[in-house]
Amino acid sequence: MRNNLTPAQRVALARHQDRPGTADFIDALFTDFFEQRGDRLCMDDGSILGGVALFHGRPVTVIGHRKGRTLEEHLAYHFGMPSPEGYRKAQRLMKQAEKFGRPVITFIDTPGAYPGLEAEARGQGEAIARTLAISSALTVPVISVVTGEGGSGGALALGVGNKVLMLENAVYSVLSPEGFAAILWKDSSRSDEACDVMKLTAADLLELGVIDEIIPEPEAGAHTDLRAVCRALDPVLTRELNALSKLSGQALAAARYKKFRQMGSNALRKERP
Amino acid sequence: MSNVFAQRRQKLLSMKALRGSSPAPAHTEETCPACGGTFRRRDLVMARYVCPLCGHHYPIGAYYRLSLVLDKGTFRELDASLTSNDPLSFPGYATKLDSARRRTGMNEGVVTATGRIGGQKVAIGALDSRFFMGSMSAALGDKVTRLVEYAEKYKLPLILFSASGGARMQEGILSLMQMAKTSAALEHFSQKGGLYISVLTHPTTGGVTASFASLGDIMLAEPGALIGFAGPRVIEQTIGEKLPEGFQRAEYLLEHGFLDAIVPRTQLRDTLLQLLKLHGKGGSDRAK
Repeated sequence: MRNNLTPAQRVALARHQDRPGTADFIDALFTDFFEQRGDRLCMDDGSILGGVALFHGRPVTVIGHRKGRTLEEHLAYHFGMPSPEGYRKAQRLMKQAEKFGRPVITFIDTPGAYPGLEAEARGQGEAIARTLAISSALTVPVISVVTGEGGSGGALALGVGNKVLMLENAVYSVLSPEGFAAILWKDSSRSDEACDVMKLTAADLLELGVIDEIIPEPEAGAHTDLRAVCRALDPVLTRELNALSKLSGQALAAARYKKFRQMGSNALRKERP
Repeated sequence: MSNVFAQRRQKLLSMKALRGSSPAPAHTEETCPACGGTFRRRDLVMARYVCPLCGHHYPIGAYYRLSLVLDKGTFRELDASLTSNDPLSFPGYATKLDSARRRTGMNEGVVTATGRIGGQKVAIGALDSRFFMGSMSAALGDKVTRLVEYAEKYKLPLILFSASGGARMQEGILSLMQMAKTSAALEHFSQKGGLYISVLTHPTTGGVTASFASLGDIMLAEPGALIGFAGPRVIEQTIGEKLPEGFQRAEYLLEHGFLDAIVPRTQLRDTLLQLLKLHGKGGSDRAK
C-alpha cells in the first residue's frame, strides 16, 4: 500500500473516468445477476443499480450507485447522483433481501444525492432518512464497500453496514471538497486545501473508526487492474459474510445499531452548563 | 415543597429563554422582514415573535421554544453539559465554539429535556439556529440520540423541533455519521411503538432533513418554514434556472405530501395536546 499520495490526488483517482463502478464489480465478483428496477411508486432511477446475484453460489442482494460508462449513461444517471426514487428502490430491495434472508452488499460511489427541483419536490430528505432507518434495523448481514466517491448523505444512505470496507484510493466525506470550501470559505477553488483538512482518505477514516478495513489497490489506481482489486476484495467479503452469517437476525441489527451508536463518541466532552 | 422547585425551574427556563433575545425596549418600533409593516416590539413579543400584521414567523431560540409548549415548572434539561471537543482539530473551530457558547449560553445547538404537556410527560428537544446554525455536530447527534433512547426507556412520547443549516462542516465525516446514528435510534424507538412528533421550523435543511427531522409519525411545520435537503442556491446552480416562488416552503411540502399539517406557533401547544390525547402514552408494549 502506498502512502505517498496527497488527499487531493486520491480524490482525483476516486473520480477517474475509468474508475470501476458498481456494474464492473457486479460483473467481476458475482454470477447470475438479475437487475431489479423501479421503486413501485412512480419510476425507475438508474443511478441506483440493484438486484439479486450469486456470490460463490450464495444468493445476495446487491445495491450500488451507478455513474454510467458512456456520456449518454452519465446524463441519464446524473453522474451517479440518485433521486428519491433511487433510494426508494434501494429500500424496496433491502426489505426484500430481509424477506428472503439474503445478505445485502452495497457499493458506494456518488458525488451526492441529486440536488434538483423534482428531487426536492419528491422528498429527497425523506427518502435518504427512511433508507438510513430501514437499513439500520435489517435482520440480514449488510456489508458496504466504498469504491469511489462517498459524497454526503447520498452515499451514507447505502453505507449503514455491519462492516464498512473502503478501497485504498476511495474517499468518503460529509460533502465534496468543492462544496466544503464553498460553504466554509465561500471559495470552491480552495478544494485542495479542503481535502487536506477534511480527513476523507481511507487511512483517516480507519483511524476515526468510520470504516473497518482498507482494500488495497494496484500502484496506479483501481482502474488499471480491476481483477487485482477483486482478488483483494473477494476474500474479505467471503470472510465477513461467513462471520456475519453465524449471527441471528436480532444480533445483526443490534450489532449494527451499536456500531453506529458509537460514531463520534470520542468527539464529546463535558462543559459546565 | 415540590411547588417551590417547580417555580424555580420555571424561573430558570424563563431566564434562559430571554437570554440572547434582543434587549431593545418594549416600545421600540420593529419592521417585519416579510411584509415591511411596522409595529411595537411589545406586540411582537406578545404574539410569540409572529408578525401581528402578516403572520411571518421569526426564528426563536430553543429555550423560548420549549417554554411556549411545556406546562409551567416542568422543564428539566438533559445532558446540558455535552459539547464538542473539536475531534478533527479543525483550524479555528475551538475558538468559534467558545464564542458561540458565550454568546448563547448553550453548550450545543440543541436543548433536550423532559417536561409535561397537559400533564402528560414527554421527552422533548429543540434545535437552536443561533448556535452554529443548528448544524449537526457529534454532540448534537449524541444529545438527540440520548433523548430518543430516554423516550424509549421510559416509554414517553418524543417531540423534536428542528432548525438546522445541515452538517457541522468542522466535524466532517463524524457529522455525517450522526445521520445514521439518529435515524437508527428512531427506527428502534418506532419498532417499540414509540410516538415521535417532528416539528420542522425555519430553516430545516441538509443532514437534519435527511435524518431525524423527516422520520416523525406525525410531521408538522411552522408556516413559511424553508425545508429541504439541498439548499436553494445549489439547486439553482444545478438546474440553471430560478426556482419558483414558495419552493421548499412548508406549504409546498404539505402540497407534495410530506407534512400532516402546518401549525401556526400560537396553536402549537393545543395541537400537541390534541395529538398526545389521541395517542395516549406511546411506547406500546405490543410492538415487536
